[in-house]
Amino acid sequence: MTEHVALLDEPDVAPHDGAVVLQAVDIAKTYGVTRALKGVNFEVRRGKVTVLFGENGAGKSTLMKILSGVEKPTAGQLILDGEPLNLESTNDAVARGISIIHQELNLASNLSVRDNIFIGREIRGRTGAIDYGKEREITQQVMERLEEDIDPSTLVQDLRVGQQQVVEIARALAADARILIMDEPTSALSATEVEVLFKVIRELTSHGVAIVYISHHLEEALEIADYAVVFRDGELVATEEAANVDLSWVVRQMVGREADYDFRDEPRDFGDVALSIQGVTVAEPDTGRVVVNNVSLDVRQGEIVCLYGLMGAGRTELMEALAGRDPISGGRVLLGDQDIADLDIQERIANGMGLVPEDRQRDGLVQMMSVGKNISLPSLLSTVKNLFIARKTERERVDRQISDVRVKTAGQDALITSLSGGNQQKVVIGKILLTDPKVMLLDEPTRGIDVGAKGEIFALLFREAKKGLAVLYVTSEVGEAITASHRLIVMSKGRLIREFDPRTATRDQIMAASGEHDTHYDEEARVEEGALQEAAVQEGAAQGGAEQQLGQEASEGASQ
Amino acid sequence: MSTTTTTPAPPGAPAADEKSGRSRFNMNTLLVEGRALIALIIIIAIFAILSDNYLTAGNLTTITKQVAFNAIVALGMLLVILNGGIDLSVGSIVGFTAAVAGNLFRGVHIPGTDVTMFPSLWVIIVLSLAVGMLVGWVNGLLIARLNLAPFIVTLGMLYVARGLTEVLLNGQNITNELFGQPGLNNTGFFTVFASKPLGLPLAAWVMIILAIIFSIVLNRTPFGRWLYATGSNERAAQLSGVPVTSVKTWIYVLSGLCAAIVGILQMANISSATADLGTFYELNAIAAVVIGGAALSGGRGTVRGTIIGAFVIGFLANGLVIVGVSPFWQKVITGAVIILAVAVDQIQQIAQRRRSAARAVAAAKAAASQRETVGTSS
Repeated sequence: MTEHVALLDEPDVAPHDGAVVLQAVDIAKTYGVTRALKGVNFEVRRGKVTVLFGENGAGKSTLMKILSGVEKPTAGQLILDGEPLNLESTNDAVARGISIIHQELNLASNLSVRDNIFIGREIRGRTGAIDYGKEREITQQVMERLEEDIDPSTLVQDLRVGQQQVVEIARALAADARILIMDEPTSALSATEVEVLFKVIRELTSHGVAIVYISHHLEEALEIADYAVVFRDGELVATEEAANVDLSWVVRQMVGREADYDFRDEPRDFGDVALSIQGVTVAEPDTGRVVVNNVSLDVRQGEIVCLYGLMGAGRTELMEALAGRDPISGGRVLLGDQDIADLDIQERIANGMGLVPEDRQRDGLVQMMSVGKNISLPSLLSTVKNLFIARKTERERVDRQISDVRVKTAGQDALITSLSGGNQQKVVIGKILLTDPKVMLLDEPTRGIDVGAKGEIFALLFREAKKGLAVLYVTSEVGEAITASHRLIVMSKGRLIREFDPRTATRDQIMAASGEHDTHYDEEARVEEGALQEAAVQEGAAQGGAEQQLGQEASEGASQ
Repeated sequence: MSTTTTTPAPPGAPAADEKSGRSRFNMNTLLVEGRALIALIIIIAIFAILSDNYLTAGNLTTITKQVAFNAIVALGMLLVILNGGIDLSVGSIVGFTAAVAGNLFRGVHIPGTDVTMFPSLWVIIVLSLAVGMLVGWVNGLLIARLNLAPFIVTLGMLYVARGLTEVLLNGQNITNELFGQPGLNNTGFFTVFASKPLGLPLAAWVMIILAIIFSIVLNRTPFGRWLYATGSNERAAQLSGVPVTSVKTWIYVLSGLCAAIVGILQMANISSATADLGTFYELNAIAAVVIGGAALSGGRGTVRGTIIGAFVIGFLANGLVIVGVSPFWQKVITGAVIILAVAVDQIQQIAQRRRSAARAVAAAKAAASQRETVGTSS
């Protein structure tokens, strides 16, 4: 078992030489009709931090999945130390020294730090029983290396989120990782914890570990980067030494050209206020943590308002509270001039407000039902005659809707799972449209669908807006926010930061406003959250909004 | 590429017209249900060869009656399983309902007075059914409102209802009182509930009528659609405005009602309310639903399949008795058939998923190549 300790000894080769250890040559990946990666050439260098930049769907995550053995490339070759590499599984990758730390922590919280570090690859003694002593020893060594004072027998659930992250890193180190991939490692960390993490990263690189780092926090990521690599639309568009680049270079490369669609010149004759959000605050039911903080916003008939913000900005929580899934803990929401506080989801839909949720598979579709039955589900009661569903009426309505929102399908009896992502999304939008809504809420309506379908979906929204529909949607793609909205509001850490006119706003302004500069947030957040009693007693509030995203995931996990 | 619904399907893609889409869908359901039907035919054939007494009119009547009891409980169970739940309390509700009905025949003593009330026959029936629904309603409230696990809630109710049955009967079966007394307006129980209209036991008629009603409810009413939707994806159904909480509550009420109906019919059948009436009925009902092709995870299952499943169990159990297989081995064989049914179902599901995945990939490729030739004009 000495190989576990080997890494912790002094490096055998010059760690800073920056030699290429892992190479991706012409890697392409296709999902159905979507080309997630279009022939990417990418290099990972020993002892260096390579940071990947790119908007959602640019192809970063897909490449990381391929590098870590989660997915196989459709075409192309990986080369490790000059040898061709074919990864069959994540275990295979780990055995070759490639480890990945996912955005969502993959720890068994009921087990100890030691058990988590050796989970699935326990050290066995001669009898076949686990050699706990040896495991403990290695855990201690790794923790010392990471300068983290965590006892190996501590339960993971008793650790702070930042410490849990360290356990993930320790697990990779104990597995002798030479290449460590970190996907959004700081999204759940406080500012101090980020500093600790960066210290750990520098420590690792000085020992020859190659780091691949993905982050939406551009400035933060630039700080740690040796090399900056930018992805856009499935292609690697730029590689540069970090010393030579700055934030605006990254943004320029990330965004590149405009989206294929542009609705900025659409007419703007809005009607009365259709949806009025007045000082709405949402606290997580489980933790009491404030995730939406005193948000006020009006959407008029015929207007398309875009909420731009990163994951964890509180966008989804706001949408779900508006739709009626979660209660709001402060403020009020008017639909027309009706306060909707007492209405449940069904009544809100009946009164003209429906949500197209973020996660199509989990919240948008009933997988066992046909395309047609999915489309008619929310408006089913309007086809009922004498207690029974009027099947002919239903089929006609569904057929009309399928051609109206242009779903490509073999027919309304086809299984919903047979459709592509874009067409599934059209089904979700179409089913809400069939309820004859006045206000439509959409949470990341173009997530995971190709450019062509994105254009079609926005064309549909603008067409409906022209007829008077008020639309409020959430996105984390800047290009989309600018080209497909009448008004653009940046949301960050649960609050609305700034409003832009998409005809004049620049990408730099929007991205800057979206709150990568979160260092000042903690203080303010603590003061405001103090206003809410349940938040005041919450220890988590002290760590501010930085933890909110993980909190979300935890509560989702708990509710499932 | 803009008016795509009218675009003819590219070669290699699944046939694009609606008619063939529908017929393929039916082929799949036919396969799933056909499996149970084939099993039923095989079982009947085997026992008919092994014993001359199997396919006699008398024996078929006996089987049908037993099947009907199980099938009626199973219909209620089907609703619960479609929702992704389970109702372990139905057997106890059968016994409890009979005990309540029996006590009503015996008369209700008003405490503190000398008055004993004797409800009339139909009041007794209605009250007993209401008690069954009430027990189901408690199940439903605990499961839907408090989000408790259906398995645990109904397991607890299994004990509670059985215990109450024993309390009500207090160690004595109720038999003679069931005949009623002419002066008390509560006679005629057996005349009605042990009758055989047109030569078929009443239980069989009830089964047929309930199967038709349930089939209509599941296929033609919003409630049925909502039930399938919540069973397949509760979160999506909820966001589509489906009243998931009340759907969930109602299915347990209906399951309780079905069990209560069987309680009355079974009491008429054995001429007595006993403390162990309905024991293990929940297991037979679950088996019938599962053999009928329903998924325990919810969202998939049919009335037809469930009825066939009940017949499979009934014909099998009866055949084993008639052929003279020892009671011990009967259990082994019945259990093996249930496992076999579910295993075959699972294998079929996997094969079907692979087929549809292959179809989707083929369609996607064809669409992509078509798009390339046409060019992106949308």
